[in-house]
Amino acid sequence: MASVSSLAEAIADLVHDGDQVALEGFTHLIPFAAGHEIIRQGRKDLTLVRMTPDLIYDQLIGAGCARKLVFSWGGNPGVGSLHRFRDAVQHAWPVPLEIEEHSHAGMANRYAAGASGLPFAVMRGYTGTDLPKQTDTIKPITCPFTGQTLTAVPALNPDVAIVHAQRADRKGNVQLWGITGVQKEAVLAAKRSLVTVEEIVDELEPRPNAITLPSWVLTRVAEVPNGAHPSYAHDYYVRDNDYYKAWDGISRDRDAFQRWLAEEVAR
Amino acid sequence: MNYTTDEMMTVAAARVLRDGTSCFVGIGLPSTAANLARATHAPDLVLIYESGCVGAKPDRLPLSIGDGILAETADALVSVPEIFNYWLQPGRIDVGFLGAAQLDKHGNINTTVIGDYADPKVRLPGAGGAPEIAASCKEVVIVVRQSRRTFIDKLDFITSVGLGDRSAFTGAGPRMIITDLGVLQPVDGEFTLTQLHPGVDVAQVVEATGWQLRISPDLTETPPPTDAELTALRKLAG
Repeated sequence: MASVSSLAEAIADLVHDGDQVALEGFTHLIPFAAGHEIIRQGRKDLTLVRMTPDLIYDQLIGAGCARKLVFSWGGNPGVGSLHRFRDAVQHAWPVPLEIEEHSHAGMANRYAAGASGLPFAVMRGYTGTDLPKQTDTIKPITCPFTGQTLTAVPALNPDVAIVHAQRADRKGNVQLWGITGVQKEAVLAAKRSLVTVEEIVDELEPRPNAITLPSWVLTRVAEVPNGAHPSYAHDYYVRDNDYYKAWDGISRDRDAFQRWLAEEVAR
Repeated sequence: MNYTTDEMMTVAAARVLRDGTSCFVGIGLPSTAANLARATHAPDLVLIYESGCVGAKPDRLPLSIGDGILAETADALVSVPEIFNYWLQPGRIDVGFLGAAQLDKHGNINTTVIGDYADPKVRLPGAGGAPEIAASCKEVVIVVRQSRRTFIDKLDFITSVGLGDRSAFTGAGPRMIITDLGVLQPVDGEFTLTQLHPGVDVAQVVEATGWQLRISPDLTETPPPTDAELTALRKLAG
């Protein structure tokens, strides 16, 4: 059964220095508030896992929380590049950042294998690209039935998965809807999980296309209204596109970024 | 009506999408063109986005591939593992519509890195969904502005495979590159200029290409955008 606590207690209990941590949410329901709490608590040497390490990982990387990034697309969606990510890869600032790079399909399959209790996943793809030369977690495999050469990628089983959802009930059952990305797979693959929610309600009413993460597969639930801002929470608030555009200017400059960190994230 | 070179590119790209087919849509220029096709000659074009939106019908341009309007208007909303494994990988989607940071004469795309991988000059965003879109759609159309920064003789990194060895893939690969200057199509394994947009001359296209561009002897001219196409495009862009 999941327990319910404050966000600060949840991060203190579940996220430790050196952990492999996956914050998921595909454009929608990105757990920004939880990421900011990790920065505030000064976590170090994290291996950050995420298909689209957009602004939230740019912020964690710039704040020096990460040692390694496992990812498939690192940009500012609709705007351009992630400048803190680039600064870390190109200039090792503020600390060197090791990268393990995949495609979206590869990452999605790695989570699915992790959630399925399998050591690896099989897929078509990567053949002929330069990715297998740089990423040692991409290997060819022969199908034992047809002899076809396919691609194997190892399971992801993060120490902690953190996702955001619209709501939970008082027992910690979580409901999310709209674009659900890879959140279910990330939570089921992880050793521990935290779900931040817009609100905790007495009863979860059915929603079209909703998925439920039952309390008994979760570790912790924390109520964090607006916890996905500047991304969006379907039926609660829309994406703050101006924030994504403004981030381009803030993140280009190390001093501007550190001022932002001091003013917007530090207590 | 007057029009910009970007509008000509978008209209030319929209025209290649046939009604009743399915299109896996990348964000940016490809998304604009695919939505224009649906708003004009191809109302039954099925738009598929990697965020899991199958059959999205937005009435304005989405700002990202995970925009709420795509989810609200989709025929089906599926998870990210499902969109790649069940919908893209088996080869059931007709056209992949992609952009590119850099590409070469074989239609290989680089969206990963400029310079050495371990010590890059420019770190680009990376692969995203593109390698599997390029591998598994029945065919691929690339929509990109033409310049020497983008049309490169030798790529530093191949992120998505073009006309090369496709024996491991279900799809046929890129069949067209549509730019703000004209259209390139494969001839003998190499992307060749086959069509010029109105007002563009061959020298301009050669100048904007980083490899020795081959010119088709049967060069044609793109019909200019119609008033209906331009009106629909400007309405979508808001």
